[in-house]
Amino acid sequence: MARFPFSAIVGQDEMKQALLIAAVDPAIGGVMVFGDRGTGKSTAARALARLLPAITAIQDCPYGCSKEDQARYPEVCGSGPLRKRPVPFVDMPLGATEDRVIGSLDLERALRAGEKAFEPGLLAKAHRGFLYIDEINLLEDHLVDLLLDVAASGENVVEREGLSVRHPARFVLIGSGNPEEGELRPQLLDRFGLSVEVRTPAEIETRVAIMRLVAEQERDPEAFAEKWADEDEAILKQVARGKAKLAKLEPGDDLLMDAAHLCLAVGADGLRGELTLMRAARALAALKGAKAVRREHLIEVAPSALRHRLRRDVLDETGSTARITRAIDELFG
Amino acid sequence: MSPAPASHALANAATGAEGSADPFSDAVIACRLFLAAPQSFGGIVLRGASPARDALVAALQDALTSSGRAARRLPGHVDDARLLGGIDIAASLASGRTVTETGLIAQARGGALIVPMAERLEAGIAGRLAQALDEGEDGPALILLDDGIEADETPPESLRERCAFWCDLSAAREGACPPLGAPGAMADGAPLDDVARAVLVSVAGALGIASVRPLLFAQGAARVHAALAGRDGPGEADLAAAVRLVLAPRATQLPELDAPPEDAHEDAPESEPPPPEPPEDGPDEDKAETEPEPGDTPLEEMLIEAAAAALPPDLLAQLAQGRAPRRSGGGGTGKRRKSGLRGKPLGARPGMPRGGARLALIDTLRAAVPWQEVRRREVGARGDGPIQMRKEDLRVRRFEDKAARVTIFALDASGSAAAARLAEAKGAVELMLAQAYVTRSEVAVIAFRAGEAELLLPPTRSLTRARRALSELPGGGGTPLAMGLNAARECAEMVMKRGRSPSLVILTDGRANLDALGQPGRRKAAEDAEAAAKAIAREGIEGLVIDISARAGPEGARLAEAMQARYLALPRADAGTLAGAINLVENARREKAA
Repeated sequence: MARFPFSAIVGQDEMKQALLIAAVDPAIGGVMVFGDRGTGKSTAARALARLLPAITAIQDCPYGCSKEDQARYPEVCGSGPLRKRPVPFVDMPLGATEDRVIGSLDLERALRAGEKAFEPGLLAKAHRGFLYIDEINLLEDHLVDLLLDVAASGENVVEREGLSVRHPARFVLIGSGNPEEGELRPQLLDRFGLSVEVRTPAEIETRVAIMRLVAEQERDPEAFAEKWADEDEAILKQVARGKAKLAKLEPGDDLLMDAAHLCLAVGADGLRGELTLMRAARALAALKGAKAVRREHLIEVAPSALRHRLRRDVLDETGSTARITRAIDELFG
Repeated sequence: MSPAPASHALANAATGAEGSADPFSDAVIACRLFLAAPQSFGGIVLRGASPARDALVAALQDALTSSGRAARRLPGHVDDARLLGGIDIAASLASGRTVTETGLIAQARGGALIVPMAERLEAGIAGRLAQALDEGEDGPALILLDDGIEADETPPESLRERCAFWCDLSAAREGACPPLGAPGAMADGAPLDDVARAVLVSVAGALGIASVRPLLFAQGAARVHAALAGRDGPGEADLAAAVRLVLAPRATQLPELDAPPEDAHEDAPESEPPPPEPPEDGPDEDKAETEPEPGDTPLEEMLIEAAAAALPPDLLAQLAQGRAPRRSGGGGTGKRRKSGLRGKPLGARPGMPRGGARLALIDTLRAAVPWQEVRRREVGARGDGPIQMRKEDLRVRRFEDKAARVTIFALDASGSAAAARLAEAKGAVELMLAQAYVTRSEVAVIAFRAGEAELLLPPTRSLTRARRALSELPGGGGTPLAMGLNAARECAEMVMKRGRSPSLVILTDGRANLDALGQPGRRKAAEDAEAAAKAIAREGIEGLVIDISARAGPEGARLAEAMQARYLALPRADAGTLAGAINLVENARREKAA
């Protein structure tokens, strides 16, 4: 089925921007989208897949390794010339079994040829791309464990079924879920670089616009995609330019100070908050084609980068977003 | 998260000011000591996921591999065959003979196993690792990466105990690590003399450390510390480092800086609820034997001060709750059930794949492989023919499906249970839910007042949802205790039907004045309440009655007795204390059950 074009998604600007920031700099560590059902979470995440500039990978490598990967994992990576391939986008279902996720012994080859071969799982498929998990807060515990480990280390280590395999698995994790149906383990939440909250649009016009667009898309998906192709193409170019520009942008010392002050003021523990804030500000500047990373970029990404890192005070009902906005007002007025 | 921020701050003030070494530089020293003799130090626990820890682990890995030692990652989903070694199916099938392969533990011999997310490690795997550690030179050392956040999220005690160094890096802000030096470079160093040993023993006593293993580690750490610094024998600085790195993180009590150690040892931490007996504090006599005269040597005092400066910052807060610090209770999950359909994969067992049980193909093959030659001879088949299977080879999968624990609160929202107490009960529910992600437990809330009992919050794990449900909780009116109890029992039965373990927490003053049908009449109300309580006892539902009246009368205790539940009178408890007390009782019960 044709996917809904990213550029045709109405509203939800914070979510769209967070996804694009993650696309520009995968090192930010993924996006968590909180919100009710029917707010376009999955649509946006899936649409993103088509907006990404292709990657170059070793032709025969089952993991889509880059040249650098090949040097680090010579034992698993195939050889051959470098070829362009689309960025992988893997949709991980909630009920996935452990061996489907991490990979397993290729039984057919084991039985027929007596060969001990590894059949890569979803984590391998997602290498250098995106791993999307809808309702991640309902994911079974043992799957959360293995995701956490791989997300932290960037490689998947399989030691079971007689296999001993180590392969690269660096991906941008995109999760979505409704906090009313269950909380996310804080360790997993911390792995996400950005988090956004989405709400169902309340304005009548917006809702009507959504209905109109979806009806149009259902009637003739191809024509609809055609119609939005130019705008999607523009976003793709913007992301590609942002990626290229990223390395040239270096935030100045005053901005680092700003980031540190802000993290202290809102009580975001640990170094990870500051690092993500800086990275996200830089990626946003790159995405916007700015010449330098400025304070306005920092302020714009601060809610997404810090909202899920605030020390939880159960008895304080003030929302995290409000706390961050307040701190920004006080600091940078 | 500490429910008592005030005492937290106090602890920070006590440890933060001066003399306390920076956690990162201490961790670097610990890593150097560990590398000098990985096998004799057993391992190192690095707590707190942070860029600082990542740098340290990378440096450790580098140092080990560059000297030809193994540094293998041990994923939590490792199976026994890979851990311990077993039959190599593919090779066996290819050659028609049984081919075995070595396991990860054997492959890491002389080197180290890096265990990510060690706080989630299964007890079964932990046991095997502990056994391997006990082999000393022939076993691997462990680098445990502990991502726990809550105080009771820790790696299995059997492994932590066997690791010399525990470093907490959750607050470390560094991003780079200095070189660690080559492993195994331990110049043997002069051993400690008995005076130094005696000092270590009495410092351990002052910190409430019962086990002997930390003493052995501390002695080794002092010796290696001296050797690395090029000193002939361990001096003050070396002993201080050993105390800071090995003993202080294991403290179960605050040392009294000016008093002789035994006094400090007898001092039980203050707490209102009944403190659970920490199981490790058993061998008091042992200690009395090994403990030297409580000589107030200046060295000893200096070391105790060094230890005090390095105590974990949350120790005080935990002691205030009457809980021994950092004891892993294995999580608060409910009973483990073996399931053939879902959950975390366990090993396989012989059996037929029917009734929904799934065939474990690999294990089936593993069972068949050793017999191939015999069977072929039996039936006269050729060596390259199909694999000879028998019914007894069949293995089916097992999964572990943890029965979630569901805590059902029944809140007395009547006029007699004053409105202020209600707010605290709400706070306690929210606090418990905030911690529930650790234990993956759920909470349900029933409120009873003025002739009705209402299920305000069906079993849930969502804090957001709970907060909304509780914000609408009204108070006032008569006390239909029997109705509340019946509703709680029905909820518990429903929970049990869904395969979960319920436990009831009844917050009331026990003064019923409405009967099971909501009609006024003190006597009938009391009788009905007793009958309802007995019905709960008959179902074998675990319970806890918390008396929230300002002056506890006999009614609460009588109710608890009829329910065969525990009873706590908490007249002036705030939300934090309340949540703490409930956790305490539940943990004690779980430990007993285990």
